[in-house]
Amino acid sequence: MYKIVSKEMLTPTICRMNVEAPRLAKAANPGQFLIVRADEKGERIPLTISDYDKEAGTITIVTQQIGASSSEIISYEEGESFADVVGPLGIPSEFIEMSPEELKAQRYVFIAGGVGTAPVYPQVKWLHERGVTVDVIIGAKTADLMIYVKEMEAVCDNLYLCTDDGSVGFKGLVTARLEKLILEEGKKYTQAVAIGPMIMMKFATLTAKKLELPIIVSLNTLMVDGTGMCGACRVTVAGKTRFACVEGPEFNGYDVDFDEAMRRQTMYKKEEMDANEHHKCRIGRGR
Amino acid sequence: MANKIPRVPVREQDPKVRATNFEEVCYGYNEQEAMLEATRCLHCKNPRCVAACPVSISIPNFIAHVAEGNFTAAAEIIAKDSSLPAVCGRVCPQETQCEGSCILGVKGEPVAIGKLERFVADWSRENGGVKPQIEPANGHKVAVIGSGPAGLACASDLAKLGYEVTIFEALHRPGGVLEYGIPEFRLPKDKVVAPEIESVKALGVKIETNVIAGRTITVDSLLDEEGFAAVFIGSGAGLPKFMGIPGENYNGVFSANEFLTRNNLMKAYRDDYMTPIHAGQKVVVVGGGNVAMDAARTALRLGAETTIVYRRTETELPARREEVHHAKEEGINFAMLTNPVEILADEKGWVRAIKCIRMELGEPDESGRRSPVAVPGSEFEIETETVIMSLGTSPNPLIAKTTGGLDVNRRGCLVADENGATTREGVFAGGDAVTGAATVILAMGAGRKAAAAIHEYIKTK
Repeated sequence: MYKIVSKEMLTPTICRMNVEAPRLAKAANPGQFLIVRADEKGERIPLTISDYDKEAGTITIVTQQIGASSSEIISYEEGESFADVVGPLGIPSEFIEMSPEELKAQRYVFIAGGVGTAPVYPQVKWLHERGVTVDVIIGAKTADLMIYVKEMEAVCDNLYLCTDDGSVGFKGLVTARLEKLILEEGKKYTQAVAIGPMIMMKFATLTAKKLELPIIVSLNTLMVDGTGMCGACRVTVAGKTRFACVEGPEFNGYDVDFDEAMRRQTMYKKEEMDANEHHKCRIGRGR
Repeated sequence: MANKIPRVPVREQDPKVRATNFEEVCYGYNEQEAMLEATRCLHCKNPRCVAACPVSISIPNFIAHVAEGNFTAAAEIIAKDSSLPAVCGRVCPQETQCEGSCILGVKGEPVAIGKLERFVADWSRENGGVKPQIEPANGHKVAVIGSGPAGLACASDLAKLGYEVTIFEALHRPGGVLEYGIPEFRLPKDKVVAPEIESVKALGVKIETNVIAGRTITVDSLLDEEGFAAVFIGSGAGLPKFMGIPGENYNGVFSANEFLTRNNLMKAYRDDYMTPIHAGQKVVVVGGGNVAMDAARTALRLGAETTIVYRRTETELPARREEVHHAKEEGINFAMLTNPVEILADEKGWVRAIKCIRMELGEPDESGRRSPVAVPGSEFEIETETVIMSLGTSPNPLIAKTTGGLDVNRRGCLVADENGATTREGVFAGGDAVTGAATVILAMGAGRKAAAAIHEYIKTK
């Protein structure tokens, strides 16, 4: 079970894998996530579902090397298997419940940041297949770190790239690009969706609010079980504590307390830094 | 006279030593101790202990065999009614069940039924176990959701009746609360839980881990697409409660579920596992149940000075007496008649203290317990780095939400009759999912009743 059927490095630190998980693939919908545990001694790592193939029984995950656990996942090779892959978790994107008429009336703009671009893809694809107008803004530090450009081009109406250094596309932040699209280029949208680093989602929300554009964000909080049991994923939404794993991961951006969410993401930073220091690199281990 | 012998004490790890390790606290009886203790049983004509046991184990019968040194026969008698004796011998609240009704307890100490059950189960496991009697396959498939005590008990009984049983477990290891909730020092995982699960598998029960009912599969897909004739829901009560006081989302506030899951299921206490856990120098645990004791004793073992904060007095603590006693021996502080009102943080949002108010006991409420009342103006602060909320749990709404025709009550518990039948035909339920948070043994009892009801349902369908 959970065999890696293909692996490719999208950038030197971002890896895409297709993994066998037939029950999960069959049940997956846009907006949901899964949890991977690489081996018996690994952590349970929540990852967004970047694609799924119900026929082949595989799911796609895109992982960025950040700490010890993500490095562990990336160290796995084609043909090897993860100990556990579980999901789909969370509530699917709300548009999958919309009628064709409701969908036709929508004009979406997706704001994707860094590795968060991968989970934007199945949402854009789903909408595109149903004839909904979808524009996508992808932001990355430099051209080398930009992922899913070709894939996204194939399923969206307009693709806008931004980099911090201007190495590709617009030089500047995704929020500036969004403002430009709406204020200068006369684009009209009914709904924005932002997926990426918490800080990007915070500022995307502030910009959307200024532009009076509704915005949905997908919160990548800490989690253990992903089924509502541990409460590590608590976020304050509209003044109420919600569990991102079972009541999210998508929420109305206007209502989210991003500063608290960012603070909570650092909960185990000290422990993780200690772990990184002591982590024995097992890449290339003879398995 | 048999009842002149004092209750045989059980050997335990020294409190000072065990406060620094995760090895089991209680060593259990050896053969001589068990045989001596067994001679204390009076073999009452109408044994009140059996009536007080949620799964009605033939207690005087198995004890008679222990007294004679015939441990295999004793194990066979227990196995007729319990699929998890090594677990129950360790975690059952015997003082309110079998031992609480033992006639010897009226004037002196009751027979140590729990410790005898544990001895028999451990002896049997170390000596080849009990050969189960399994009826020929009857061709019917039954799905069980959740591999905790309710699910394991239901699956065992059905497998013995010849059903093809598959258990679906959401986590990566089977066992439910036995695996994620109860700590190693009370219930060893590899030595006790894993072999008990293996013995359920030996009956032919299949366990599929990483399958979340309501997400990966649904009750409807099991019945309509996968050919199961009936479904038993034993999904437990997994959602943690919080107090709703200011500051609960500061860094350093955890549910007991998170704290215990990281340490038990995810083995954070072991250096060779990657799971992080945050305890720090000082920990406050809010609550007075078994889970609160488990969380506090875990924090202590991780090196923290630990205080339990509870709003009533020690007499009202819902935890088993043995757990309170062990916690005290190990050096846990008990702040009784104390109720948190706010959690305070430093400028970076990390917990620095918990603000509490003193309580006094007022008039008894409908449950008979005297309800605590705040003493005005008595607020004070307890410095701490970590706050663990252990206020109970409620059932996960996922299955009820994704299954048509399945009613829940206002507490979110599945509605089921005394045999476990829910409001949906072919769907049965038991354990914490129905009752809200309760005990291992009550969940097992519910699982067994539901197994009998499922057998009846499929036979007459």
